[in-house]
Amino acid sequence: MNIRTLSFKGGTHPPHSKEATEKLAVVKAKSPEVVVIPMQQHIGAPCEPIVKVGDEVKVGQKIGEPKGFVSSPVHSSVSGKVIAVEPRLYSGGTKVNCVVIQNDMQDTISETVKPKGSLETLSADEIKEIIKESGIVGMGGAAFPTHVKLAIPPGKTVDTVILNGAECEPYLTSDHRLMLENPDAVVYGLKALMKALSVTKGFIGIENNKPDALEAMYNAAKDEKDIEVVALKTKYPQGAEKQLIYACTGREVPSGGLPADVGVVVNNVGTSAAIADAIKTGIPLIQRIVTVTGKGVKNPQNLLVKIGTSFREVIDECGGFSGRVGKVVAGGPMMGIAQYSIDIPVIKGTSGILVLTEEEAKLPEPSNCIRCGKCVNVCPINLMPFMISNYSLLDRFDKAEEVNAMDCIECGSCSFICPAKRPLVDSIRVAKREILAKRKKAQSK
Amino acid sequence: MLDSTMFRVTSSPHIRSGETTQRIMLDVIIALLPALFAGIYYFGMRSLIVTLVSVLFAVATEVAMQKIMKRPVTVDDLSAVVTGILLAFNVPSTAPLWMVAIGSIFAIAIVKHCFGGLGHNFINPALAARAMLLASWPVRMTSSAFLTPGTDAVSSATPLAALKAGMLDGMSGATAATATVQTVPTIMDLFIGNVAGCIGETSALALLIGGLYLVYRGVISFRIPVAYIGTVAILSFIFGGFNPYIAVYHIFAGGLFLGAIFMATDYSTSPMTAKGQIIMGLGAGILTTLIRFYGAYPEGVSYSILLMNVATPLIDRFTMTKKFGEVKKSA
Repeated sequence: MNIRTLSFKGGTHPPHSKEATEKLAVVKAKSPEVVVIPMQQHIGAPCEPIVKVGDEVKVGQKIGEPKGFVSSPVHSSVSGKVIAVEPRLYSGGTKVNCVVIQNDMQDTISETVKPKGSLETLSADEIKEIIKESGIVGMGGAAFPTHVKLAIPPGKTVDTVILNGAECEPYLTSDHRLMLENPDAVVYGLKALMKALSVTKGFIGIENNKPDALEAMYNAAKDEKDIEVVALKTKYPQGAEKQLIYACTGREVPSGGLPADVGVVVNNVGTSAAIADAIKTGIPLIQRIVTVTGKGVKNPQNLLVKIGTSFREVIDECGGFSGRVGKVVAGGPMMGIAQYSIDIPVIKGTSGILVLTEEEAKLPEPSNCIRCGKCVNVCPINLMPFMISNYSLLDRFDKAEEVNAMDCIECGSCSFICPAKRPLVDSIRVAKREILAKRKKAQSK
Repeated sequence: MLDSTMFRVTSSPHIRSGETTQRIMLDVIIALLPALFAGIYYFGMRSLIVTLVSVLFAVATEVAMQKIMKRPVTVDDLSAVVTGILLAFNVPSTAPLWMVAIGSIFAIAIVKHCFGGLGHNFINPALAARAMLLASWPVRMTSSAFLTPGTDAVSSATPLAALKAGMLDGMSGATAATATVQTVPTIMDLFIGNVAGCIGETSALALLIGGLYLVYRGVISFRIPVAYIGTVAILSFIFGGFNPYIAVYHIFAGGLFLGAIFMATDYSTSPMTAKGQIIMGLGAGILTTLIRFYGAYPEGVSYSILLMNVATPLIDRFTMTKKFGEVKKSA
């Protein structure tokens, strides 16, 4: 194998903590009795439910119609009867409109689910339409609608597609297992993306702590002369969009800009495999691999879970909690969202469910900043986190903006490394919110 | 909804590194130990007593100040211990203990806590205390107080004072290394520490070992020490009439290694950016050489660092990092 190893500047090395699940093959989770499918699982406008209580639905049937361009349709993951359409709690921390379906366990597939043809015959626009109609969103966690990424604004040209297989978040192994067990689907999806954007260069970037995945992807892509599998130095946040683009192409996405500004579109490997499924079988995005892990769960696993299955059921399938649980996180430990309830559904962006013990979840006591400069060294955006944080804690959001608070990607490297355990990224988040609120206010005047 | 409150909810990240302030300070203390042993070896047990008194008063003052100000007592972060050791390293082994105690109290109470405590002092507490002691009791802090290593005899002069007095004028390395043993120490003596001086500054070798440990542990970067020592080397080579012997002598003599490795790199009072740290090293190097060659004092390390401490906020402001994506505005 002749694989280049690439990286970016800055970053940090949290313990991988992937041992619990990296060797475990993906197992299909039990089909749940009831699924709760939120009408908003993506960044953008929520969907309008197009089914009502009492309706019979089938697997893959569209149940939520997007309102607005930046949005993505939602499909049923089971067949059965709609028993409620009401606001329910989800992993975003608020309540959103959900369609609740009683599973009839028949798995009757909707008539709309049928193969869409081959890559050779499908046109670029047809591929984009399939991606849009299949409810494909970024599966790395942020869940940005994929078809919006593919709609390149006039005046910009894209020449490269990068697939993100870095999986730099500790604990998570869902992308790892996918690349190992289904590398052909990942390559197929990348070819579809490249055709949809008419580009001739594709990268698949994988952190070098996953040599088996690198090898599997390399072999799957070895006959594709336009696709290069690259190793990425194992360093957090290697999978952050701008850092990944820099590592693969050496291009810097301008401050405040988008990947398309440097001619690149980035998608997660999971997204790519979902696109392959949508084209080959016609099945929309109704299930995903979820890494259920952490010391607080009895039998950590990589599960293939139907969208709408509750965290509680997924955790139960892994033997339930182990010991005293301190925290349940949707996603990884660096950027995932802590949950106060496990009665919330798995959604398209749920890459993992991480259960930390009470001991691990203990809050460190912050002390004085000793100006060691570690936060400055690790910041992948080259900001001065301590400075933004200090201004934010003094409510000087104007000054925080001056020292580039809005460029922060909230990766959490600064808070992770800080020896004084200061709430750096937390206070920067507060500053960003305040600055945005002020901008909005200024606009409405 | 009752069981819903069983989980802790916080902003990410949900894991933290093992780095702590205490661990960093412990590393600094470990790095200072070789120099302490060298001090004890050359100047006797009195060095250890001075160091212990200095540390004791530093820690006690920190506890007292934090109690008075009704703040949490944070002596377990070990930063006061570091200040105590550094202050002791900057006085002669013959220094009276009451004077050392006053220095410690001044460093912690005035320089550190009056400005907000750890991380907020604008000049290095140990160096500020040294400057205060030097101004208040000059005789007890300079030449006549320094012991000749291995004896109880008071030294005639420190190596730098000898340089200043012109004892080495016109000498080449070879002749100085052999012929002048009686009057001034050889370079090898300087390097291993067999010379008169303050407790901690005597052995460049011991300080270098500590410095390498700190760089290895990631506590400090090599930027300030290398820029500082390098500048002194180049400038003394030029000012010394392009005599390499003078340049080498200047590097190993006096408190340069102690200052460059342990004092100029003090987090609170040195710049945080890479560029700023190099400026800090250059500036301190230029000032030190100027003072040594053209100033009234034989030694200039402490005043140079103090002056650069004061310039640090300015340096930080002008060396702000360039954020990712700022350079190229378009593809």
